[in-house]
Amino acid sequence: MIEELANGDSFIRRLDPRGKIVVVFLFSMVVASANRLQVLLCALVLGLLIVLAAKVPVKELVRRLIPVNMLILFFWLFLPFTFGGEPLLHIGPLAVTREGLLYATRITLKSNAMMLMLIALVASTPISTMGHAMHTLGIPQKIVHLFFFTYRYIHVIYREYFRLKNSMKIRGFTPKTNLHTYKTFAYMVGMLLVRSFDRGQRVHNAMLCRGFKGNLYSLSKFSFKKGDIVSVVFMLTLIILLGVLEWKKTI
Amino acid sequence: MHISEGILSPAVLIGGAALTAAGVAVGMKNLDQKEIPTMGILSAAFFVSTLIHVPAGPVSVHLILNGLVGLILGWKAFPAILVGLALQALLFQFGGMTTLGVNTLNMALPAVVCHYIFGNALKPGTGRTVIISSAFGAGFCSVLMSGIMVGFSLYLTGEAFLPAAKLMVAAHLPVMFIEGILTAACVLFLRKVRPEILEGDHVS
Repeated sequence: MIEELANGDSFIRRLDPRGKIVVVFLFSMVVASANRLQVLLCALVLGLLIVLAAKVPVKELVRRLIPVNMLILFFWLFLPFTFGGEPLLHIGPLAVTREGLLYATRITLKSNAMMLMLIALVASTPISTMGHAMHTLGIPQKIVHLFFFTYRYIHVIYREYFRLKNSMKIRGFTPKTNLHTYKTFAYMVGMLLVRSFDRGQRVHNAMLCRGFKGNLYSLSKFSFKKGDIVSVVFMLTLIILLGVLEWKKTI
Repeated sequence: MHISEGILSPAVLIGGAALTAAGVAVGMKNLDQKEIPTMGILSAAFFVSTLIHVPAGPVSVHLILNGLVGLILGWKAFPAILVGLALQALLFQFGGMTTLGVNTLNMALPAVVCHYIFGNALKPGTGRTVIISSAFGAGFCSVLMSGIMVGFSLYLTGEAFLPAAKLMVAAHLPVMFIEGILTAACVLFLRKVRPEILEGDHVS
């Protein structure tokens, strides 16, 4: 099933989601444009500390870092050889360059630092809360509504998909690499779309019956408390510090 | 075909985000408030479809279906794909905040282009062969274009990415054929069962 990250109670969980989103966004921007290894290492350590403070279970954390690092691993197979620079050692006709190794290390650090921060955010904020926070941060209402509807129905349609898949299994369908398999999957996707389309119309009509006027209301009110101000200021200082270190080349 | 966080250069990220913002703006202009429940549920169906794995020889690949999204939604593919990718980042941490713009552009622009090239064949009254070849073309070309755009984003970041980018496009060649076949069969199915989905009229 599609599961949200398990979230235990933590200090970070109780913070205002708007502050968290802004902090993670600024952090990601600074790290994405940083280039110095020392700065990136600091960012990685910061990400790790925040993820630990958000009390993300280690097993879950590792599982969620795997897909990112698979792509990074793929680039590690190329970048040390294809990046021009001073050769360090030769493997057959290929030369591993110092610059290539540094570059690959850099993107590894960057990726993981940014992922840790994102995981901390996701683990400490329910997705529906995130939607309301996005709205108060100025994302257009139509996009936020689309986000809510999509999120709400992913689970419903995933169950529908499971039912279709099971009924195919019961009828003895085994997927192979042939035209029959692809056609069957295509009809299944088509059926999924038809059912979703019909469901969409029913949901819309039902909402109209209940007086839907184009507004979704949140029961949770956001309030920026003292703790929020302190943590946002603290995090912003650290992010600015990272930026200054990158710019001034001080460590 | 996601590019994860921390790989692309800031210039590519900003350019991608700006173009995506423009695309989403056009898509939202075409999107009526009344259509949002249906659109959201269709987006959810596309999201679930990308979780389906189909066998391709010894391995299995997941569906992308941006060609089908383009045929059905047109410019509204931009907001639909934006929301889908945002949810993938939040639920599975595939992609992230800074890459959302580029990744949306790489998936949604081919969808819109395919809508304009192949969308005409879906109008009522076209023959079976035309429908099959157009839908196949949409499925095939959208993945091809997305692959090239992903490769191009990497190339703009650094020339050293070129060999890796080429291999990524080449590895997607079987996926293009699979997507083409699936899109064609799916469009034929929808034509028979619920043609109004293809006709772009999503409000009752």
